[in-house]
Amino acid sequence: MNLYRRIFLTSLAVFHSALIVIAAENAGQLHAISLTPATSAEKAPSTDGFIQRWLILDPIRSNTPLTDNAINEAVKKEYFPGQLSLIPRDGDKVKVGETELTWHAVDTRDYNVNLYHFAHSRGAPTSNVLFWAVAIVDCPEELRDVRLAIGSNAASLWWVNGQRVIGIFGDRQTVIDDGVSKRLTLKKGTNVLRCAVFNAGGATDFCARILGADEKPLKNFIVRLNAVADQKP
Amino acid sequence: MKRSLIAALLFLACRAFALDGQIQIHDPSTVVLCDGQFYTYGTGGSSLVSEDGWAWSRGAAPSRRGMAPDLIHVGDRYFMYVARNVGAQPRADINLIWSKSLDPNSPDYKWEEGGVVASSDGAEDCNAIDPGALLDPNDGRLWLVYGSYFGYIRLVELNPRTGQRLNVNDTPVDLAINCEASILIHHEGWYYLLATHGSCCRGAESGYNIRMGRARKVTGPYLDHTGLDMIMGGGSLFAGSTSRHIAPGHFGLLDLGDGVQKFSCHYEADLDRGGASVLDIRPLLWKDGWPIAGDNLKEGAFEIESARTGTALELAVEGVPVGGPRPRRGPPGFGGTNAPGGPPGGFFGGSSRGAIPPQDVTQVSTNWPKENIDLRLANFLDQAQQKWTISAVTNAGGYPGSPYLKITVAGLDRALAATEDGELVSTPAFSGGPEELWRIDQLTDGTWRIMPKAVPNSKEPLALCAVGGSSVTLSKFDPASDKHRWHLKTQ
Repeated sequence: MNLYRRIFLTSLAVFHSALIVIAAENAGQLHAISLTPATSAEKAPSTDGFIQRWLILDPIRSNTPLTDNAINEAVKKEYFPGQLSLIPRDGDKVKVGETELTWHAVDTRDYNVNLYHFAHSRGAPTSNVLFWAVAIVDCPEELRDVRLAIGSNAASLWWVNGQRVIGIFGDRQTVIDDGVSKRLTLKKGTNVLRCAVFNAGGATDFCARILGADEKPLKNFIVRLNAVADQKP
Repeated sequence: MKRSLIAALLFLACRAFALDGQIQIHDPSTVVLCDGQFYTYGTGGSSLVSEDGWAWSRGAAPSRRGMAPDLIHVGDRYFMYVARNVGAQPRADINLIWSKSLDPNSPDYKWEEGGVVASSDGAEDCNAIDPGALLDPNDGRLWLVYGSYFGYIRLVELNPRTGQRLNVNDTPVDLAINCEASILIHHEGWYYLLATHGSCCRGAESGYNIRMGRARKVTGPYLDHTGLDMIMGGGSLFAGSTSRHIAPGHFGLLDLGDGVQKFSCHYEADLDRGGASVLDIRPLLWKDGWPIAGDNLKEGAFEIESARTGTALELAVEGVPVGGPRPRRGPPGFGGTNAPGGPPGGFFGGSSRGAIPPQDVTQVSTNWPKENIDLRLANFLDQAQQKWTISAVTNAGGYPGSPYLKITVAGLDRALAATEDGELVSTPAFSGGPEELWRIDQLTDGTWRIMPKAVPNSKEPLALCAVGGSSVTLSKFDPASDKHRWHLKTQ
């Protein structure tokens, strides 16, 4: 192959790839490398206890500094009705200001949930954003003296059944079990885990699991696609 | 005058705790726990008793009032070995007495005679005084070392059932020379002979210091860290005089379990008590196979750093950078030429004001919540919410070697407290409640275990515990884990 022909074919290939990317971005179809749509009714935690199914709302623009006081103040604002109480279903929509955002049920292949993949695959911003995410955890029995253990990039606040249990702040990376709640009780049946993750710039993700009284991860629960009352017969 | 004041303040700023109450004693035995009380016995029938190992009072004299007794609990008996001169030195013998209790109010309290277990005839190279007993944790054999400056430190085997000499025809084994007040301990496959060198009984002129050697067999040879045999005068220094406590001697092991070991000794002269000979209890540490004499905690300001995470205990409040937030504006190229209005050394040149003073907690705390504040762990950045004053609480009791302590944010009265759900909180002001009193024991690796005196509605003792990377709680102490181990870094 002569040099000119090689340059021509290479250029053609690059141009073709660029066209595909542009088309995909326009359609919001970039592949979310680590995430897949959640379809099954329930999903067990990973072998290390990580919750791998989440309902995530399209990101909300937020320039909130990642400091304690700013984050604590930011979540007092109502971005959408029921932000601390609703249990979303895949495809539900909420209105934030004039913008309609959608809840997406996703499964992650990894211990963490890559919010950069999530947002980027939808052509949504990944910097200066706020993510809301919910997990519907179904326990076969009451679990006492357990702890929610999370990591996030960057600052995040966490609620279990409406009770705030963790806040970690600053421009930090996701570290497994970085923030750990005080001892809490998960009731038999449906428990709602909720988080708000604030990102300034760059990568953004989170991970979460539940630790037993011995600080070992629990795996005797399932994560549902929908709350039990919503299950189709 | 000014210099005196500064000296006094410096002295108070790093004050170490000394035991409380009546602690005057000479040649104390190993401290032994019996029915929840600590006991030690000294020369001349003196004895001290304590409910908590911190505050001591005079106890009952045993039936024999000899010299430098040692005490050991074996089975259901407390064996006491007491020496006496039976003529001109070095003619002496060591007698056994035993009781099933050390509490004079117990029906089991009765000292029985057990006879002579070792002696010196005045001509041989030994002075049979200063006994020290060891119950070998490996095989349950009972041993006694004894001796003073007339010749050798010797070893004989005792009957662990009776406390008496196992075989009177066995020849004692010579272990060391030129020392006295010896005792054996065992640790991870080694036997350690701790013996006191130097002179006693001269107050602040005394030269007592505790030295040691180790051996794989109880019969020796006991070599110091340079390889010199103690039978040739060797001995590595274990504990010498400190600034206020002169001439330690008569080592005794106090193993509190869960990896917490302490040792007792007496000082020939406690300068803070008029030069009296007094009892002390200090942490026992281990490093590279050798014991180290630790020091009880000194009052002061500390960073409390988790040995597990390397992060520091702090109030869960928004920190303020020391010196204030850094200006975002900087010259192009980070540290090249100066920008107008920028720091003189460029972006990385620091402030033109020079040294940045420590944070004033009264200023940075104005925006902190006035009520209870949670705790967490974070990277130490020298900020006010990360510095803790640890100080003694008077009349609140204590534990072996120390009074109970309060832990407050340095410069404030905001106190660390245990909650009824086994978690932590900082209260706006120290109340003196048991949930705000802390026991801080140095562990054998030099880290510290931090425990509240009481957890509300709980009988289980709990310890400060790092959980995850940034969180802190209280949980049952696990000596095998680093999650309950803390570094106290002086500020």
